[in-house]
Amino acid sequence: MRGKKVLVKTESLKKHFPITRGIIFQQQVGSVRAVDGVTLNIYRGETLGLVGESGCGKTTAGRTILQLYRPTSGRVIFDGTDLTILKGEPLRDMRRRMQMIFQDPYASLNPRMTIARIISEPLRAHKLTSAKEQVDRVQELLRLVRLNPRFINRYPHEFSGGQRQRIGVARALASNPEFIVCDEPISALDVSIQAQIVNLLEDLQDKLGLTYMFIAHDLSMVRHICDRVAVMYLGKIVELAIKDELYDHPLHPYTQALMSAVPVPDPVVERKRKRIILEGDVPSPINPPPGCHFSTRCPIAREECFHQEPPWRDVGGGHFVACHEC
Amino acid sequence: MAPLLEVQDLTTRFYTLDGIVHAVNGISYTVEEGDTLGIVGESGCGKSVSVLSVMGLIPEPPGKIAAGQVLYKGQDLLQLDQKQMERIRGKEIAMVFQDPMTSLNPVLTIGHQIGESLIVHLGMGQKEARRQSVELLDMVGIPQAADRYSDYPHQFSGGMRQRAMIAMALACSPNIFIADEPTTALDVTIQAQIIDLVKTLRDQLGMAVIWITHDLGIIAGLAEKVLVMYAGFFIERGSVDDIYGDPRHPYTLALLKSVPRVDRTSKERLAVISGLPPDLLGLPPGCPFAPRCTYMVEQCRKENPCLEPIGFGHEIACWVDVTTGRER
Amino acid sequence: MTTTEVSWEFFEEEIERPPLTPAQVAWRRFRCHKMALVGVGLLIAIFLYVIVGAFIYSEADANRTDLSITLSPPSRDHPLGTDGTGRCILARTIYGGQISVLIGLSAVIVSVTVGVLIGAISGYYGGHIDAILMRFTEAMFNIPQLFLLILLAKLLSGKIPTFKLLGRSFSGSVIVIIGVIGLTSWMYLARIVRANFLSLKEQEFVTAARCIGSRNFSIIFEHILPNSVAPIVVAATLGVASAIINEAYVSFLGLGVQPPTATWGNMLDQAYHHLDSEPWMWFFPGMLILLTVLGINFVGDGLRDALDPRALTQTE
Repeated sequence: MRGKKVLVKTESLKKHFPITRGIIFQQQVGSVRAVDGVTLNIYRGETLGLVGESGCGKTTAGRTILQLYRPTSGRVIFDGTDLTILKGEPLRDMRRRMQMIFQDPYASLNPRMTIARIISEPLRAHKLTSAKEQVDRVQELLRLVRLNPRFINRYPHEFSGGQRQRIGVARALASNPEFIVCDEPISALDVSIQAQIVNLLEDLQDKLGLTYMFIAHDLSMVRHICDRVAVMYLGKIVELAIKDELYDHPLHPYTQALMSAVPVPDPVVERKRKRIILEGDVPSPINPPPGCHFSTRCPIAREECFHQEPPWRDVGGGHFVACHEC
Repeated sequence: MAPLLEVQDLTTRFYTLDGIVHAVNGISYTVEEGDTLGIVGESGCGKSVSVLSVMGLIPEPPGKIAAGQVLYKGQDLLQLDQKQMERIRGKEIAMVFQDPMTSLNPVLTIGHQIGESLIVHLGMGQKEARRQSVELLDMVGIPQAADRYSDYPHQFSGGMRQRAMIAMALACSPNIFIADEPTTALDVTIQAQIIDLVKTLRDQLGMAVIWITHDLGIIAGLAEKVLVMYAGFFIERGSVDDIYGDPRHPYTLALLKSVPRVDRTSKERLAVISGLPPDLLGLPPGCPFAPRCTYMVEQCRKENPCLEPIGFGHEIACWVDVTTGRER
Repeated sequence: MTTTEVSWEFFEEEIERPPLTPAQVAWRRFRCHKMALVGVGLLIAIFLYVIVGAFIYSEADANRTDLSITLSPPSRDHPLGTDGTGRCILARTIYGGQISVLIGLSAVIVSVTVGVLIGAISGYYGGHIDAILMRFTEAMFNIPQLFLLILLAKLLSGKIPTFKLLGRSFSGSVIVIIGVIGLTSWMYLARIVRANFLSLKEQEFVTAARCIGSRNFSIIFEHILPNSVAPIVVAATLGVASAIINEAYVSFLGLGVQPPTATWGNMLDQAYHHLDSEPWMWFFPGMLILLTVLGINFVGDGLRDALDPRALTQTE
């Protein structure tokens, strides 16, 4: 990576959700290991993709990095500051610098607020502008996401999904953040609208020098928008590399299966492609298999994989993989 | 010989408080035995309504099939009453939906639900139905089918539920299998499993498949004939190679350009289709795609083009030849 | 390749229909509800009755006894008849109605305040706070409300002196009854509010607000509470009806608002010994209670439909 300045760094980040029983005195009877030891660096100005199937913990990982969930253990270091030890006002203050764009453009905007109030919320929360300047700033933000500034007094339900997602983007940009977690920002949108939002995100990155963590299950879109991509399976990152390296030479058997499962909109290519069809379903994160989490579905698993967790290895060129076999 | 299914000029509208929704506007297509037909379109383009109309599953009111014929083996399905239609549905034509959870009854076991259609349609006895259900579950790749027979839907994962739905749809060996975005709610690896399964079963059982989706990728690897739908109209029809190799309607062209591909990296920005899909409440005169179309000419605002052949089996509804950019 | 300055992104004409605020959408839906409009009509009629009536009959009329005309049936001078001490029933239903409606509204204000506060804290903070508050709420639920009402009314009666408000003098028992009814009827609302908070706090727009760095105070009052308004308004509306009925219960048992201040409830109490012989004594106050409660319930039903959170998406 050019520049190579780390903006966000996680160190064996874990988030386990307790499963409890009892009415007044609650007993913990188990835990969902949504994120189970994630270590990665996000460089300033890059887009890091985090892909995986539903339930693999990618959304939880994003939210834990932003301290929307407090991690069970591990550290999140944002520009030199350990967020996991911050509380109250200092943490609230840090939130100004990191934001999130949500998956569901319908649920992520308060239906009882006008667009102006939605977008200006970060400004009010951090007292960034005077009440007078607020309107100007909101209009400027609307122009930035290419919405008509006349819309400020309308309500979210008057907008289409794509337009709402733009409003969500404007809100995320209001406090001039450096880092934005995009949590499946396009998966709820129509095919023809997805490209509009993706292009907008790319333009904004160029213009404002933003750093993105792009969480998605659409591998084609991730290849398009990201610089580096991490593949997650059952709470762990199994492979991470620069995108062309990862897509053209996937090493981990799960990554290989994932890549081959994505259909290509080209019948000529499709006829020639070999699919790796995985058996069965993703195991429950309450009781992940011992050893390599993927061992239960892995076509090349051997004895060792069922007992011993594979180490996180650097295979050169910034390509990391966690697998005994490759 | 008459085709297996012939849909002619099908028009479905919904009469709502806000006005009349023109969901499907005079579409026609035929399905031969063993065909695989893909219907592609964005949400709200009427692709689901078009097959629900065929199945007689449009809630009336507010819906109404305003015109058209659905000829199955020469018999117009739209003229049948509920009872007669129930005999066709599930037995001759079967359908799976996007969300398997809403189509499965949560308080009955999976096996019971599959067996029921065997008993109703084929008049099997309890024992026979049970044996057959287990066989079906096994066929769609549910491990330990005999044990899973008495599981309830919530004990199945999303992918397994969809498999169970397929088993249910296949119970009476239908001639036509309609799949309405059955993999949209599923992960890619599970989606690959399901598509693989349907392909295998299609070749084994020789049924015709109608697959509805918004995902251009799925259709490319599955269908032989493709229909592209926009605002309740078919705007392009052709073989899968025509549609993907030589798309001639500006919408198809733009749609294909706007999706990135997993097998290559492009440095450029994605192509964008500006604006929004039209509101089916009040379609303007002329081509419904005109306001978003980069090839638009004067004629497009005035009159809506009909599907016209431009090659063998390749038809488009457009006034413009996209290869030259001029009116045809 | 840049598309930044192209004007397609300005969706000028996309929103053609005049924009509707959530309140307008709710009103449009409410209008379609015929019984709700009947309810509104009934309530307007009752309000006119108790307010305009007060300009025609003075409070002195309502309390003036005239032993020469006790228990007389409806006549030209006293259109609704007179009671056991010769007071005009019409005048008494007007002034009694003011008290009954006042009690209904005030008691609901008390119960909404308590219910929303307890429900909101319980639902938003969860954990031990929630467990304690909810067990308390359930305990309150399990004590029969009527028993509490009677007990408290008995204990507190006569403790508060008579006071004057808007030119009318009120018996202190009015305050007691408001407090007692309010403090024994908040539990239902607390549970509704808690349930709403529990589900709303998991909504993405609340997560978004937390992500932005908004304070708990503003999350509760700007985000969650406005989205819980619908069930609160519905419950409060229906609460007015049950408060009026509760007042009638207690007054009927002679523990409520003390004569000579009239309420519909204590008018019924006084009619108790005249059920067969002088039906006008109970018919008119009883009818007014019935119509008020019916009207409120119709309106409540209409509001429930009109404020349904799904309403916003359905009109898209």
